[in-house]
Amino acid sequence: MTATKTSTVTAEPGLPFVDVVRTFDASAERVYRAHTDAEIFAQWIGPRKYATSIDHFDARTGGSYRFSQSDTEGNQYGFHGSFHELTSPTRMVQTFEFEGAPGHVSLDTAVLEDLPDGRCRLTVHSTFQAVEDRDAMLQAGMTDGMNEGYERLDELLAHDGA
Amino acid sequence: MGDTAVETTADEDRLNRAFAALSDPLRRKLVARLARGDATVNELAAPFAVTVQAVSRHLKVLEDAGLITRSRDAQRRPCHLEPTAFGPLAAWIDDYRIRTEEKYQRLDALLSHQGVAAQDTEEGIQP
Repeated sequence: MTATKTSTVTAEPGLPFVDVVRTFDASAERVYRAHTDAEIFAQWIGPRKYATSIDHFDARTGGSYRFSQSDTEGNQYGFHGSFHELTSPTRMVQTFEFEGAPGHVSLDTAVLEDLPDGRCRLTVHSTFQAVEDRDAMLQAGMTDGMNEGYERLDELLAHDGA
Repeated sequence: MGDTAVETTADEDRLNRAFAALSDPLRRKLVARLARGDATVNELAAPFAVTVQAVSRHLKVLEDAGLITRSRDAQRRPCHLEPTAFGPLAAWIDDYRIRTEEKYQRLDALLSHQGVAAQDTEEGIQP
């Protein structure tokens, strides 16, 4: 595994934002398509062990989407939102809601910039309705065991002040 | 920030020390490495172009700030990250970063196939 690229994630204490920056070895146009073409999107958005199925995916300004992920135990996790603004290939503004926490909606603004050598940079700014919502979202993954290396960390966090 | 006004708690002191300790990029790299599991000084120094002594000094700073602990395991004194020292937010962010990175590595794999075929690709991306 040659990790030449990593995602940068910033979440300031007390602010309801999460910022992600990531570069790709592909043009903005192709990365944009990977976000807005349902078939391609379904292939990378969910972890391997989850099957992602697209309910509907009307990728245009004013359109909406819904997809769900099911794990091996048959648990279903649904997500839906609206494509508020899609400007190919530079800007995607959409809402996002996890149906397990209804009513807690985030607004994500993704910007794509072409870089030299056929690469591009993706910047995603997510705005939550409250700091608590953001923190709940960040925390949500801590228990799903996706990162074995973090199970020990989970345990420690479960014991306050361990 | 404004929820508990002028109240410098022990927690805040600890956090200030933690932030000072993390102001150095190499120390941040050591912490990132320890987030993936305990490691000895030699193991930690291996990937970097610095001496074991230099890494030891950095570890001492992290230890004084309460960010890492070292077991008294006679031969092998592995360093251990104390995630609670960072507050839960830092641990959540790091975990989220790893999940985000896994997602984008799946996208990398798709993009590496010219033309982004809407085919099932066979890229085993091992985190």
